[in-house]
Amino acid sequence: MVPVSYYLALAAILFALGALGVLIRRNAIIIFMSIELMLNAANLLFVAFARSFESLDGQIYVFFVIAVAAAEVAVGLALIVTIFRTKHSIDIDELSSMKG
Amino acid sequence: MTADLILFFGLAAVAIGAALGMLLSKNAVYSALFLILNFATVAVFFLLLGAPFIAMAQVAVYAGAIMVLFLFVIMLLGAEQLLTSHKSGWQRPIAILLTLVLLVESIYLIFGRGRLLSQVAPVASDYASPEAIGELLFSRYLLPFEVTSILLLVAMVGVIVLIKKPKANN
Repeated sequence: MVPVSYYLALAAILFALGALGVLIRRNAIIIFMSIELMLNAANLLFVAFARSFESLDGQIYVFFVIAVAAAEVAVGLALIVTIFRTKHSIDIDELSSMKG
Repeated sequence: MTADLILFFGLAAVAIGAALGMLLSKNAVYSALFLILNFATVAVFFLLLGAPFIAMAQVAVYAGAIMVLFLFVIMLLGAEQLLTSHKSGWQRPIAILLTLVLLVESIYLIFGRGRLLSQVAPVASDYASPEAIGELLFSRYLLPFEVTSILLLVAMVGVIVLIKKPKANN
């Protein structure tokens, strides 16, 4: 049986990669995908801890996280489509209308 | 014993490689496909951790619905490739440095605490069966479950309002 610590380390690596993606990419859709990657790493932590403590509650939380992520993706992509309609770009460096 | 570790490390390599491919590929469609691969391997990890229902939900909702939505929007906008004409040279090293700090810190927290979580007891065969999940979902977590349905409805209405073209009233 693989120790739970290995799963925790894997989730930490995936989360760090997602954070790196948010920081270095300029395409709004890629940034959004990186956020999904971080959510997924958190889900892996939930399931690993649920297995470790032999409790089902962690898996229920993962279920709710998946549902909320679906809603978030729908709204976020609608926002991106609307921004693209007005600015004709989804480069986040060009979305600086509110810059003083 | 060893077969488990080989399976784990192989899948972990695939997951990390897919995440890196998502980060580094120039084409957004490739990024989405790499992310689907990553989600599929994470679903296999869920199976290994004894969560078959969550694994199937992961494949159906994440790899299925959400990523298809991503691909649809990428192709709708024609935003596969972004022209990188700007220069943000100083941000990239700082971002990589901060990510390394985050990674080292979390790995230290996980492995520096001794043998806290190194042992996993085998669980009963009906652990996390869909029946058990459903029973818990409709008894102790009934209110959050219903709130989730309202949340999805609100998101649906919000998306329709956001996407609707403004009426030209002149």
